[in-house]
Amino acid sequence: MARRCTLNRYLLLMAQEHLEFRLPEIKSLLSLFGGQFISSQETYGKSPFWILSLPSEDIARNLMKRTVCAKSIFELWGHGRSPEELYSSLKNYPVEKMIPFLHSDSTYKIKIHTFNKTLTQEEKVKRIDALEFLPFEGKVNLKKPQHIFSILEDYGLDPNCIPENPYNIYFGRWIADGQRELIESYSVKKRHFIGNTSMDAGLSFIMVNHGKVKENDVVFDPFVGTGGLLIASAHFGAYVYGTDIDYNTVHGLGKASRKNQKWRGPDENIRANLRQYGLEKYYLDVLVSDASKPSWRKGTFFDAIITDPPYGIRESTRRTGSQKEIPRGIEKWPESHVPVSLSYHLSDMFFDLLNFAAETLVLGGRLVYWLPVYTPEYTEEMVPWHPCLKLISNCEQRLSSHTSRRLITMEKVKKFENRDQYSHLLSDHFLPYQGHNSFREKYFSGVTKRIIKEEKSNQE
Amino acid sequence: MKLLTHNLLSSHVRGVGPRGFPLRLQATEVRINPVEFNPDFVARMIPKVEWAALLEAADTLHLVEVPKEPIEGYENDETFLRKMHHVLLEVDVLEGTLQCPESGRLFPISRGIPNMLLNDEETET
Repeated sequence: MARRCTLNRYLLLMAQEHLEFRLPEIKSLLSLFGGQFISSQETYGKSPFWILSLPSEDIARNLMKRTVCAKSIFELWGHGRSPEELYSSLKNYPVEKMIPFLHSDSTYKIKIHTFNKTLTQEEKVKRIDALEFLPFEGKVNLKKPQHIFSILEDYGLDPNCIPENPYNIYFGRWIADGQRELIESYSVKKRHFIGNTSMDAGLSFIMVNHGKVKENDVVFDPFVGTGGLLIASAHFGAYVYGTDIDYNTVHGLGKASRKNQKWRGPDENIRANLRQYGLEKYYLDVLVSDASKPSWRKGTFFDAIITDPPYGIRESTRRTGSQKEIPRGIEKWPESHVPVSLSYHLSDMFFDLLNFAAETLVLGGRLVYWLPVYTPEYTEEMVPWHPCLKLISNCEQRLSSHTSRRLITMEKVKKFENRDQYSHLLSDHFLPYQGHNSFREKYFSGVTKRIIKEEKSNQE
Repeated sequence: MKLLTHNLLSSHVRGVGPRGFPLRLQATEVRINPVEFNPDFVARMIPKVEWAALLEAADTLHLVEVPKEPIEGYENDETFLRKMHHVLLEVDVLEGTLQCPESGRLFPISRGIPNMLLNDEETET
């Protein structure tokens, strides 16, 4: 049996949240480190256990320095659907690969994790003892072992239907944990400067990973708000730019978003947020600017554009231009100048965003953005398209019974030739997007229907 | 506003096109902000810089020791990179204006943040 190249098998233990977002995150990160997603598993779906083949442990470690979707990675030594299958699989694992970690000068410990079932201490010890046949020559050290081995037992995903025996058992050498602790340390609850729609820290990091952001990249967020996505990008070493049409938000003025706070303090702006996390050196600039009328000179400046555009519900969608539309409750401060804004049709916004990305991204650079969707009418054709950008992934997050948003990741694969060349192509394609224009209407119509229904049932 | 940013900005007043670059810088308050030197990042930015515009802006701010052009082998020249690092990233214009060279329109900079918003009539269709 010929081996194409030496690939080793690893077991990824995934976190059980944002399920659809996990595979694109891992794939994007592997390609960032020169690896590829190779697996013999057919589907991943809901399972937290993923077996991957990678050419080196370095790639595995680099992956874990970035991922917030994976909890841990193990060098897989054996697995099976029963203890017997596991032991026989372990006996087939090349001894020369085991020896470096089991020799007499080393210290180790064996842990056991069970998923969807609790074992007694006695049961755990029994399973560990059953592995005595492995050539462990080192000393057990429970406090600070050099090597940690783990038995992982999979009892399925249904807490109401726990099997007597596990569906799968894995044994491997622990290599590294992922970055899930970032979710807590960067939590919006602790952040100095927040807005009404500040994104959950976990999703911010997922977006940055989908965007393949790396050290020394220049990342831009055209709808920057309070800068959450810039913080996540800066954490991984990217230098950041942001723009927003809202003067007060960019300057950190106006009413606070925190419950018991009336006005924002002097320490509340994007730069201060980066400073809070020791990331101020990555702050390039933020500007008050209309994303539909960008102020950049001609050129490809951005390695990634990572953004959460307004959906028109919690934040108003605005742009400058003449129209007799009454702006919604904009705080006016003496210094600020907020020109008359007209309602920015969502489909225009995505058209502008994709065109802008196609023009200003470096070749190979990525655009990552949220697309709001009225679920009952969603079809794949609705996802905005551009001849220079290739669709990499499309992940759904449900927001309510009839709305969701999709995280769209696109990669620039073709040089941008000419602005006018694309406009006729795209305007035809975007006509079916009335869904986006009336996203706000549909969202509120759903709410209205529900209220009417509740009132009816109260009367009965 | 950093000089790197100034170097990337252009006026988008209707009809102005590429003649909107570079914006004429005028500063009433400037601060020197020490930023950790990262030679790899600075080296990456060098090819993006429009040198004439950078020199003009540096001159307006009376900066000294500004390299006149990228030298050969700049990627490994620490002296050059440190000078560029200072000019591009450590000089911060806090208050001032950016002026469209074609239309004369002024964009204010306040608290280090440029305001590029245009009025209805000025916007490019």
